[in-house]
Amino acid sequence: MGKVAIVGVGQSTFVRSYPGSIRELVFEGFKEAMQDAQMSTTDIDASVICSAPEYDKQRSPAGVFAEYLGLNPQPTFYVETLCSSSSTGLKLAYSLVKAGLHDAVAVIGFQKMSEISSSESQERMGRGADIQWESPFGTMMPAYYAMYAKAHMKKYGTTLDDLALIRVKAATYGQLNDRAVYRKPVEFEMFSDPENRMAGPVASPLRVGDCCANADGSSCIVVASEEKAKSFSKKPVWILGVGAATTSVNLAGRDLFTGLSVAEKAAQQAYQMAGVGPKDIDVAEVHDCFTIAEMMAYENLGFANPGEGKELIRAKETYKEGSIPVNVDGGLLSKGHPIGATGGSQIRTIVLQLRDEAGNIQVKNPEIGLVHNIGGVGLYGNVTILGR
Amino acid sequence: MMSQKKDVDDRFKQFGTVSFTSITKTNDFIDYLKDNKVMGTRCKDCGLSFFPPRADCHKCLASNMEWFEVSGKGKLVSYSKLQYAPIGFEKDVPYCIALLDYGDYKVFGRIAKDLTDEDIQVGMEMQTVVNELPSGQLNYVFVKA
Repeated sequence: MGKVAIVGVGQSTFVRSYPGSIRELVFEGFKEAMQDAQMSTTDIDASVICSAPEYDKQRSPAGVFAEYLGLNPQPTFYVETLCSSSSTGLKLAYSLVKAGLHDAVAVIGFQKMSEISSSESQERMGRGADIQWESPFGTMMPAYYAMYAKAHMKKYGTTLDDLALIRVKAATYGQLNDRAVYRKPVEFEMFSDPENRMAGPVASPLRVGDCCANADGSSCIVVASEEKAKSFSKKPVWILGVGAATTSVNLAGRDLFTGLSVAEKAAQQAYQMAGVGPKDIDVAEVHDCFTIAEMMAYENLGFANPGEGKELIRAKETYKEGSIPVNVDGGLLSKGHPIGATGGSQIRTIVLQLRDEAGNIQVKNPEIGLVHNIGGVGLYGNVTILGR
Repeated sequence: MMSQKKDVDDRFKQFGTVSFTSITKTNDFIDYLKDNKVMGTRCKDCGLSFFPPRADCHKCLASNMEWFEVSGKGKLVSYSKLQYAPIGFEKDVPYCIALLDYGDYKVFGRIAKDLTDEDIQVGMEMQTVVNELPSGQLNYVFVKA
């Protein structure tokens, strides 16, 4: 079997409230990816639709999109792993192409979080865990990640200042990204000013500035066989490794609280499959839904030893000019986090980097890039390694 | 003839500030709470202990469980104090969610309201006790050991 490539990438601008329907939102990312791939809809053999369905009013959106995007009568698949749905979609597309079932597959991620009211959204947030044994205590995503932050700080001496540095970095690049929902600068001093919104408590020890924003958005990645890629694309980017893992939903079933076991396991698989290690990665996108999540990602991916992630951000090693640039598109923290679209947006950033088309955030001459995309509170881990 | 009303065992709706499920094979958990006991389940076939309790053992695929009491002391693994809450929990804010490690199993829950921020330290020993909420609902909380 030949290699599998990414031949087209696209995403919508991530916004607070998209002024259109979900099919129109999805069209934006799809159109950009198709134009990028220089393909027409008849070249696409199948679609994979990725989202977290609790935000959708439409039942089974895959069929609606297949029609709207002109992808009938080709088959469609619907996949869901919460915030990592489109990385899971990419893995499915990879498998379909690798198996020889299809030559070109469009992986379409989307979320219109504003589709439901903010009180409906709050109600769903309460069910974002083990609804039988955890949710009755009143749980929320930030509070779970806050428990990891507390454990990390206690064990390794990581500080709130270290976490603030991660947000400052995200905002540095978010300002440069015209697809980002949050384009304002964030200064380190804001976190020590109790009057500043960034310093406001959410779930101790995490503050408003430690959390990413909800957004509406779509993304699209076109995956193709080696043969098809070579006939269509001037610069195919190759999928070198895909890793994925799961763990217990309920925190009571876990053993590690200073990192995400699913990220460690997914990274091991992806590194092994690609035949590379952490030192070979030239540019990375990690799932910074909260600042502590990026800190743990540094360590779980092997960019730093456990407990030493803080040294990377203090020395600015994860800035664009550093030894391992991370989230130089603003990350989830500034770009926004439209659940099902997020993984595709991360993949798009790395593909553009590897094609030397990332504009003002271009890292110097990268050959291998990595995407770390997490679903739930470390429930689903996905790591994808790409090479040019 | 009058239509017969079917008995539904929905005891689990009494668990927590808001219960999102009412029917489970582990409904006896609620009766034990009323008896002031927090209970987990143990597989009679292979001896594996479970908290939260479950009806089925994934190791030996048996559904042959016995109840055991969560007793003694656990260590506080981590916690977080929430300043915002989901719908239905607004009146409880602020409150701390937390995880205790008992060695064989862990317990996820809340820290008792009367503990101050200074009282709570990661690694401290705590106990799990049954708690009745103002609404009459039942849960359990962690107190200083």
